Amino acid sequence: MPAVIEVRNLRKTYGETVAVDDVSFTVQDGEIFGILGPNGAGKTTTVECIEGLRAPDGGTISVLGLDPRRDRAELTQTLGVQLQHSEVPEKLQVAEALELYSSFYRSPADWRTLMEVLGLADKAKTRYGKLSGGQKQRLSIALALVGRPKVAMLDELTTGLDPQARRDTWQLMEDVRSRGVTMVLVTHFMEEAERLCDRVALIDAGRVVAVDTPAGLAEKAHVEQRIQFRPSVEMDLDLLADLPDVTGVTRRDGLVFVTGNNNALNAVTSVLARNHIVAEHLRVEQANLEDAFVELTGRRISGR
Amino acid sequence: MSANIATPPAASPGSALWRLSRAEFRLYLRDRVGPIWGVGFPLLLLIIFGNIPSFNHAKHVYGGLTELDIYVPVLVAFSLAILSLTALPSTLAGYREKGVLRRLETTPIGPARVLGAQLAVNLVTALVTLVVFLAVAKLAFDVVLPKQFGGFVLAWVLAAAQLMAIGLFIAAVTPTRSAAQAIGTVLFFPMMFFAGLWLPIEQMPSILRTISHDTPLGAAVRALKDASGGHFPPTASLLIMVGYAVVFGVAAARWFRWE
Repeated sequence: MPAVIEVRNLRKTYGETVAVDDVSFTVQDGEIFGILGPNGAGKTTTVECIEGLRAPDGGTISVLGLDPRRDRAELTQTLGVQLQHSEVPEKLQVAEALELYSSFYRSPADWRTLMEVLGLADKAKTRYGKLSGGQKQRLSIALALVGRPKVAMLDELTTGLDPQARRDTWQLMEDVRSRGVTMVLVTHFMEEAERLCDRVALIDAGRVVAVDTPAGLAEKAHVEQRIQFRPSVEMDLDLLADLPDVTGVTRRDGLVFVTGNNNALNAVTSVLARNHIVAEHLRVEQANLEDAFVELTGRRISGR
Repeated sequence: MSANIATPPAASPGSALWRLSRAEFRLYLRDRVGPIWGVGFPLLLLIIFGNIPSFNHAKHVYGGLTELDIYVPVLVAFSLAILSLTALPSTLAGYREKGVLRRLETTPIGPARVLGAQLAVNLVTALVTLVVFLAVAKLAFDVVLPKQFGGFVLAWVLAAAQLMAIGLFIAAVTPTRSAAQAIGTVLFFPMMFFAGLWLPIEQMPSILRTISHDTPLGAAVRALKDASGGHFPPTASLLIMVGYAVVFGVAAARWFRWE
């Protein structure tokens, strides 16, 4: 599969501050690629370099074979962008904004269809300043897609949205992807990355900590599985403690707590079955991206 | 989303620029600052002054002109000053503050054309205002039209150039819309004083008159007035306006940021 975006050893400093230290990754055609990290990790600076808004101090970037700085004019035709903290004029109406932006591009999408698809048709005559947060976000997505881009860069797509609007936006992103648009998603929401992204780059302090699928990252982090249950009969804990996949067993208030690797659950349930013990109130905590991030960087992603 | 999003015929860059200017003009009307203060208010003043009987008598101190004759160039400058010092910079600074310019930077059109569209909208408004203004002055109040027409046009163009340059400079050095608005307003009053809005330049003490001649609006009014009276505008006034246009234009270009 051809790489749509290639970032090699990107570096960007503002005076003394190193915003991006050394970032490399590749985005494949048709995937949703997540850039995940705490505030100030260098996510936004990285995508701004890809968009050609900032000149890197070091490293190379190629987007669809173009250099974001040198080939800016051509790049803007094929790269759709949604920026953090950017707006259209307050008194511009939704339909006017879409019509205007579509006139900027060589082969734009039909803005009326796009308006309908994004659920903004009944807001066509509403001024931008009168839209709700979710509607503004949808317009912003529509404006990013109106040029029929091959690649869409979306920065903090669902920040500030209520849970319902967030889920609707995720659904929309999956629909857009199914039309073959490659997407780069900047986020600090774990749930968002797990739900949408094919692959995720974890960025911390201006560096890439890891790039993998969300599941792969969780596995890579060697995060333990945590299992708890209430045994139906009194049981000998050594039965479980002796298992090679189990790292610890404790009992508290009649509940048994087991920690172990990814196979621990299988091992534990077969032992219980063999001994005719039923695990009541069984709960398993799977490692997720959040755990992976803590494990790989030693800190939590802020905002949670 | 699987709905087919058909491709309409590609728009030419020219049509994008036209649409942008049209959108900016629509926003300009909705914003009301320019239309009310830059167009309506000077027109209203003209009509009020025109209806004051004593303003219509030729006076010796004005070299045989009436008070109204004297005020027409002042009000023309008033309109230009409002559009350039208030409407233009507050819109541009607001666009930058809200990320409107930055957003456009990621599209093929780029932010420079918005600046161009804003300048065009304000200039066209100022020009239309000028024409309406002179027509009303002539038809309703029998004010003599500029006798040195070429000189009048030249003076107006230079006045517009220097004031727009100052407006762009304000937009360049202020971080927010409200800051730009505040600075524009604060500059407006002393500049209009020296243009003779409250006290005609002819009646100023000589020290104030000398200062007035060197200020942007004072030079503009002097040049417009001389051209109205049939003389070619004084070279000094024209050069002063060119100077302001160049200095503030260069400074604005030097410091203007898209974000």
